[in-house]
Amino acid sequence: MPRAGDPTTSQLSSAFRHRLNRIYLWYTLGFIIFVLVFAVLEQMGLPKRWIGVIFLLSTVVMYACIGIICRTTDPAEYYVAGRRVPALYNGMATAGDWISAATFIGLAGTLYLQGYAGLAFIIGWTGGYCLVALLIAPYLRKFGQFTIPDFLGERYASHLPRIIGVVGAVMCSFVYVVAQIYGVGLITARLTGVDFVVGIFLGLGGILVCSFLGGMRAVTWTQVAQYIILIIAFLVPVVWLSVKQTGVPVPQLVYGSQLQKLSERETQLLNDPKENDVIAAFKARAMSYDAKLVDVRDSLAQERRDATRAVEQLKAVNAPLGEIQAAERVLAAVPKNEAAARELWTRLRAANNARTQPLAGMPPHGQQYEGDPNGNAAQVKAYEESRLNFLALVFCLVIGTAGLPHILMRSYTTPSVREARESVTWTLLFIGLLYVTAPALAVLVKFEVFTSLVGSSFDTLPAWIANWSKVDPSLLSVVDVNRDGIVQLGEIKIGSDIVMLATPEIAGLPYVVSGMVAAGGVAAALSTADGLLLTIANALSHDLYFKLIDSRAPAARRVIMSKIMLLVVALAAAGVAAYKPVNIVFLVAGAFSLAAAAFFPALVLGIFWARANRWGAGAGMAAGLGITTYYMAQNEPWLRGVFDVHTPVALWFGIQPISAGVFGVALGFAVMVAVSLLTPSAQPQARAFLDRVRTPNAV
Amino acid sequence: MQENPGFMTEPQAQDNPRPYWHRNLRLTACLLGVWFIVTFVAPFFARDLNFRFFGWPFSFWVAAQGALVVYLALVGLYARAMNRLDHEYGVAEED
Repeated sequence: MPRAGDPTTSQLSSAFRHRLNRIYLWYTLGFIIFVLVFAVLEQMGLPKRWIGVIFLLSTVVMYACIGIICRTTDPAEYYVAGRRVPALYNGMATAGDWISAATFIGLAGTLYLQGYAGLAFIIGWTGGYCLVALLIAPYLRKFGQFTIPDFLGERYASHLPRIIGVVGAVMCSFVYVVAQIYGVGLITARLTGVDFVVGIFLGLGGILVCSFLGGMRAVTWTQVAQYIILIIAFLVPVVWLSVKQTGVPVPQLVYGSQLQKLSERETQLLNDPKENDVIAAFKARAMSYDAKLVDVRDSLAQERRDATRAVEQLKAVNAPLGEIQAAERVLAAVPKNEAAARELWTRLRAANNARTQPLAGMPPHGQQYEGDPNGNAAQVKAYEESRLNFLALVFCLVIGTAGLPHILMRSYTTPSVREARESVTWTLLFIGLLYVTAPALAVLVKFEVFTSLVGSSFDTLPAWIANWSKVDPSLLSVVDVNRDGIVQLGEIKIGSDIVMLATPEIAGLPYVVSGMVAAGGVAAALSTADGLLLTIANALSHDLYFKLIDSRAPAARRVIMSKIMLLVVALAAAGVAAYKPVNIVFLVAGAFSLAAAAFFPALVLGIFWARANRWGAGAGMAAGLGITTYYMAQNEPWLRGVFDVHTPVALWFGIQPISAGVFGVALGFAVMVAVSLLTPSAQPQARAFLDRVRTPNAV
Repeated sequence: MQENPGFMTEPQAQDNPRPYWHRNLRLTACLLGVWFIVTFVAPFFARDLNFRFFGWPFSFWVAAQGALVVYLALVGLYARAMNRLDHEYGVAEED
């Protein structure tokens, strides 16, 4: 629809479009044929491990080829792909840029675990594009430079907002890129059996080839290719599952009925006595740690005595070597000292307590918010807090979307303001395809697990459970807690990061689909990581080096600087990812809060309010970024560890640290307005700039 | 949205960017109003909008699909309306 009526496009760009259409059409067909060929080979007995490796390698090699074909050292090509990417392809590349490992790997899992609460991500990650389209993209395109700090620096005619912009861009992109590299490591490890850290560095190679050689130009054309793969990979298993369960190949239209059935099954499980057995078993375990923690020293001595005696007794009766070794392992696992024992037992108590909730801790899937608005005081409070947190998270995600530099940067790559506007529509359409499908996937997989896996026998446990538990037991474990030989829901512990990757296996699809999904996950992670690395490297080389340090640097040196930065940043991010920080979705949502606080007020007021000046922008950005970082470091368990925070957790209005951006954006706006009004106006300069940016044909 | 065909022939609009900007602002504000309702007001009343809608609880469906459709319409509408406005006021880019 947005392309209708396009008579003024020149012959040249229309030929370019036709060529692109042809290339990507053949490419898509090629990919489908590739998958089909392997489906046949699998039936003929090609080993699974091979399929996984071939899928990963061949797709990554193909991206590398695109990267090599598009290599460039020309700054306009390197930074903004020559500004001639047609709206449709720019939309598709932005979608590839946008759909990250968190969305592809983590989103369906988050929806699986959280039900309605997870929909905050769907609303947030799509709704933000309205703000991008209406408030920012066309004006950025008209401005037509290279980076987001560039815009701030020019609009406020000052280096201060530019520098803070660089800091903000680096911070949020770095957090985000760590999440992508973590995702690549996870997939590679599962599919090829290599170590997680090796997987990370393999993925890193794939990322670097593209962005390093060809900058934005290579990244754009690879992202289009990656989008095509990831969307096919995401849709196929869901459609398949939908046909299997309902007979209709359009899961988005029919999963309502599955949701209804799922709710009935949930009620059944809530009243199942066997589920209560499992809960009671976990309660008993938690209480045993409670008892140990009463007198740590005594219990530790007792435990060590028992373990030593067990080993001695076995040795005395000349028991089989295996049994003795097992007993020795138990002895070795006894905590070394009191502090270690206290730490371990407290953690285990919490872990067991966490599993005493009905439905394995998941809320009923269709229920909006926890608690009850008509219940007692505690229930009303739970309800209100959960609703407030939902809205706060939506707020951070929509505003963050409109502040993420690697997405906003994509408005620079279209040929015109008009195409910048249309490009956002295309982006939303392309990402929407995935976002309407993810909730369907969550419901269908949940239905499958609740009806097929729950109630099945431990003797016939499917192979994927063992395979995934091997990659990381914290992601998946199924243990017969009440020893009845039957799987109960309470006995399954599943992490959000594997639901999507395991979907083909959960649904019993051929392994070739698993390979495809893994390739899709890698495509998602690589495409986003490319865009992010480029954003960081450009902010450092263009804004910091070229604009501030050496403004006479020749073009070639700027591009080389950018490439060096790219390498350094990529290695640093891989280093952090190797520590397996928190889960992917938290990392990414944290990046949104940072982006929202750092950029949104300064960009929007900069475009719509001529009175906004450099002091206001600088102060507002610093305040927003500062308070967001502070709130997260103060309250998020993992970050508390990193920054060595010991003061008690103090939530404001009960808002979770994931939504810290709420405070950052509010404070950012307030400070920016107040400081702008209190300091001298720079209206004439701002007016000239704004007239140019607001009028599409102004020179 | 609020198109006024009379404007097309008004000659003084050609050289003055202000009315163009004001109509842009009005359009943006209207669309953002709709956006706000779908994004924040509907989830706020999610518990009350719990009636069945083709199998889904209504507010679940809105968050999972309905909102997305509205967003798409808003962004598409804006792109179209602004392109028309550009031509009306003679500020469209030449290609």
